[in-house]
Amino acid sequence: MDLNTIAEIVRPTERREIPAWRAGDAFLAGGTWLFSEPQNRLTRLIDLSTLGRPPLRATDAGLEIAATCTITQLENMSMPALWPVKPLIEQCCNAFLASFKIKNVATVGGNIVMSLPAGPMISLCVALGGELIIWTPDGGTRRALVIGFITGNNRNTLGPGEIVDTIHLPAAALTRRTAFRQISLTNFGRSGALIIGTLDAAGAFALTVTASTPKPYQFRFDALPGADELTARIDGEVAGKWFGDIHGLPAWRRDMTLHFAREIVAELGGGAR
Amino acid sequence: MTFRVNGNAFDEQPAPGQCLRTFLRQLGHFGVKKGCDAGDCGACTVYVDGEPVHSCLVPAFRAEGHEVTTIEGLAKGNALHPMQQAFLDAQGYQCGFCTAGMIMTAAALNQEQKADLGRALKGNLCRCTGYRAIEDAIAGRCDAAKPEAGRGVGHNVPAPAGPDVVTGHARFTLDVAIDGLHHIKLVRSPHAHARIKGFDKSAALGVSDVVAVLTHEDAPKTLYSSARHETRETDPDDTRVLDEVVRFIGQRVAAVVATSEAAAEEGCGKLVVDYDVLPAVFDPEEAMRPGAPLLHDKGPEARIAEARRNIVAELHGATGDVEQGFAEADVVHEGAYFVPRVQHAHLETLCAIGWIDDNGRLNVRSSTQVPFLTRLELAHVFGLPRDKVRVFCERVGGGFGAKQEMLTEDIAALAALKTGRPVKLEFTREEQFTGATTRHPMKVRVKVGAKRDGTLTAIEMHVVSNTGAYGNHGLPVLGHACSESISVYRCANKKVDGYAAYTNTVPAGAFRGYGLPQTGFAVESAMDEIARMIGMDAIEFRRRNVVRKGDPMIGLEQSPDDVIYGSYGLDQCLDMAQAAMLRGDGDEPPPGWAVGEGYALTMIDTVPPGGHYSDTAIRLDTDGGYGLTIGTAEFGNGTSTVHRQIAASVLNARPTSINVRQSDTDHGGHDTGAYGSTGTVIAGRATQFAAQALHDTLLDFAAKHAGVESKLCKLADGAVECDGKSMPLAELVKAAQAQGVELRAHGTTNGTPRSVAFNVQGFRVAVNTVSGEVKILKSVQAADAGTVINPMQCRAQIEGGVAQALGAALFEEVVINDEGRVTNPSFRHYRIPAFADVPHTEVLFARTSDELGPFGAKSMSESPYNPVAAALANAIRDATGVRFYRLPLKPDRIHAGLKAAAN
Repeated sequence: MDLNTIAEIVRPTERREIPAWRAGDAFLAGGTWLFSEPQNRLTRLIDLSTLGRPPLRATDAGLEIAATCTITQLENMSMPALWPVKPLIEQCCNAFLASFKIKNVATVGGNIVMSLPAGPMISLCVALGGELIIWTPDGGTRRALVIGFITGNNRNTLGPGEIVDTIHLPAAALTRRTAFRQISLTNFGRSGALIIGTLDAAGAFALTVTASTPKPYQFRFDALPGADELTARIDGEVAGKWFGDIHGLPAWRRDMTLHFAREIVAELGGGAR
Repeated sequence: MTFRVNGNAFDEQPAPGQCLRTFLRQLGHFGVKKGCDAGDCGACTVYVDGEPVHSCLVPAFRAEGHEVTTIEGLAKGNALHPMQQAFLDAQGYQCGFCTAGMIMTAAALNQEQKADLGRALKGNLCRCTGYRAIEDAIAGRCDAAKPEAGRGVGHNVPAPAGPDVVTGHARFTLDVAIDGLHHIKLVRSPHAHARIKGFDKSAALGVSDVVAVLTHEDAPKTLYSSARHETRETDPDDTRVLDEVVRFIGQRVAAVVATSEAAAEEGCGKLVVDYDVLPAVFDPEEAMRPGAPLLHDKGPEARIAEARRNIVAELHGATGDVEQGFAEADVVHEGAYFVPRVQHAHLETLCAIGWIDDNGRLNVRSSTQVPFLTRLELAHVFGLPRDKVRVFCERVGGGFGAKQEMLTEDIAALAALKTGRPVKLEFTREEQFTGATTRHPMKVRVKVGAKRDGTLTAIEMHVVSNTGAYGNHGLPVLGHACSESISVYRCANKKVDGYAAYTNTVPAGAFRGYGLPQTGFAVESAMDEIARMIGMDAIEFRRRNVVRKGDPMIGLEQSPDDVIYGSYGLDQCLDMAQAAMLRGDGDEPPPGWAVGEGYALTMIDTVPPGGHYSDTAIRLDTDGGYGLTIGTAEFGNGTSTVHRQIAASVLNARPTSINVRQSDTDHGGHDTGAYGSTGTVIAGRATQFAAQALHDTLLDFAAKHAGVESKLCKLADGAVECDGKSMPLAELVKAAQAQGVELRAHGTTNGTPRSVAFNVQGFRVAVNTVSGEVKILKSVQAADAGTVINPMQCRAQIEGGVAQALGAALFEEVVINDEGRVTNPSFRHYRIPAFADVPHTEVLFARTSDELGPFGAKSMSESPYNPVAAALANAIRDATGVRFYRLPLKPDRIHAGLKAAAN
């Protein structure tokens, strides 16, 4: 929709051209959320797309995803054979309520910064130990793990004028075996629970719980846990703070989470995926 | 910056925060539609460098240096794109408002995406079709027949507007460029109940380009109802164009008129309103209790049943003795059912353009189902002579009852009259949820008794309808809800009590089914339970208890004298639906899911009570074609096609030779409107009469002209044949003109007597008892539509009705919090069915012919919706053993219900 209060667009082509942040500014990535709701307090948009960051770079250290990389670019990337997480990336890229036309424009960074419980790029990056490289307004950078970055529904630690530049997925995480479960109240709808299990070569297991909780949770085990142990850990840590809105009641989200958690352990315990 | 659209360069510059959608429309590409303006519906889909995008989400400045393609640029010259042709061949549209975006998306799909349309089309919402016809189009199936003379009624004649719809040239309400057009934005109440103490307009008027700030001080004092009915006294006079008391969050407080939408919006933000906040009530039963805050302090002249108790309408009816009936029963089921608020979600939001013409007349171009009734009420409210007001519509983007209200025309009229400028008011999608109307939420307590042999002994129903802050449609919806839902059953003892109460919530209004889906959910669930209690098959139980031709139809009262069995096909519908289910086809259930089947039926009067009028004028034009002028509006109901077919059949002409002009008060005559499923049975009947009269006139004139007896003359394709000699119609017109004879005729109908139509829905479902997910394995609807004038269209109408009803059954609900605020006013949070949500429905027609409708036809627009929710609930009950008393049946609710039952 038209954002009628916007008086100015800034299109920097490199970092030093980004103007000093002021009240009423918003950074424009894909624009798919920004332009989907009234933004009456905004007066200036700073376009990040003109920075021209390379969307994806695979290195020995892992995968560098530019915040401005589109969902479609991530979904379609060709991956080194040593990284068996490609199906997980596709599963997460398919867990959007949004259509493929929006995925052509929406960005990975935008989904993370939006920090909705159902943001599937959050699920993916938390499951794969993702770390954010954040540009600070003073010209410096800081790093933050995605899991700590998200603090609640639509809340994160990003300060005024800070920009998420890159998401780093460490190489070790990209070699893990994964299992994925997701449910929505409607077909291809917004996730009510999105649960990912990963198993590394040493047998260590991590369960990432998203969409059913206001912020992501991760439960780590040295080996695959039993069902009771898993349930107790999840229930103990989430401690009743299950997310609830029109896209799913809290009790349903909890039960789906626990059900999927058990299925994931069974799947990863069963050898080949 | 230069922008390239469809190969043309434009030097106009967008505003910094402007989206591509409005910029493209500003440049004249009206095929780019607004359904949601938020990336959820896909109606605005265009290509940027060949990639499909939702143009409402694309900042316009980003299109610079890229090639933009809109629906207008998809065809190569006069050759349609194959996907446009495919949508014509399969008639993959109804109202056509979503069609441009649908075609743009479908044309961009690769083979892999076409194999998974549920996923590929999840960003394209259609409210009319139920998607089957769209699927047919994409699959390249051809359902439309070629035009041939006399092949009208009974044939799959395509919609006349098709070529314009698929190319983006069909003009919907706002698809016009008007010089000097001003824009209206509404300030809406943040309070559920408040008295306005005053305004400070200075800052708002200080915004440059703001022309006027209109408030209750500027509005007429005349009270009226936004509901439009043939008899205006049907609804209470409880509404003002702008009121000094606001009664729900979202009620309009002021209208800001400016030369741009941005300035109007800024003016709204700067208007200071001083409110005296009043206590509010949100629950209709609480509202009726002594001491509850009162919404309308009005006298008897307002026609509110009991303003002192917030009761807008109260109805009671009884026959026999229900206590005696329950005493005789072997089994009794009693349940309290609840059906929540849902929204129509027509893709074209409410909108209107108003202006004063050179003759000083008020003109309103509106998205309406009722132009004639709106004209009358505008004249009444603004104290204007009737001939000083014109209301008309071209193509309307969906209605479903929502446009049987006057919700934009009054503001447009006020602004045009006060400023003298042409003005436009367009609701946002959010305003559709917070400031328009919804279906009436109803609490329905039903008690049913039966003997073990399957005889019904008593039916008792207590209905509380929440009409919201205004009483538009409150009484007639309640009346309808309390009638056919129980009058379809033969039972000696019945009692029904109905109340419609005001609350401080967004008003309810007319909605497809008009009360019957709500009470139908309760009654048909109860009938299912009773059949289970006595161990009888649900269809067999209904066979024994439904009315048969000749039985009195007793609901709220002894059936009004003018409802008759013009035909009766309920027995066939029950048999057909059951036979289709017994075939056992349909999808396989996923392993481990519980499977069940369920049915429900509904009856509906074919016409609303109290008179429903329609005039048709028809003439032979100089080119030998026929000019047909009708009052009824086209909003996807397909009646324009039907009228063509009727005239073509009577006149033995090609449907394409019938040129329809419609829905404009300037055309003369009267038309009550396209509501109550009357576009075919009432307006169509008028067209049949008119065409028959013209037929006779033509033959008489031709006979005289040829000097033979008129019985030796007959109409053929484009000619009249008199005793073996053929004379082209174009020559006949010339001959008539030479003699000063006009070859024209007129037909009229008054809507009485009325008949009844029937629908039976069957579902087989699978339920995942862990997650609560429901998968529909088989869906069948048998319909008694009388003569089916256009099988392709009528099937699509039924499919669309089933789809819309499935939305309400499965997930749609307008949620209002404890402050009275709608919390999900967008398609992202108010989900309507997408392609993947809608199963195929097998549509079966009973073989009947009605003695009242044109060519034996009956109404079939609202009624397919009505039995769906109950049939689904009954199937889920069958699968899980748990009865659900509240819609919608979302997985989280089913999960909760199953857990509660297990404990």
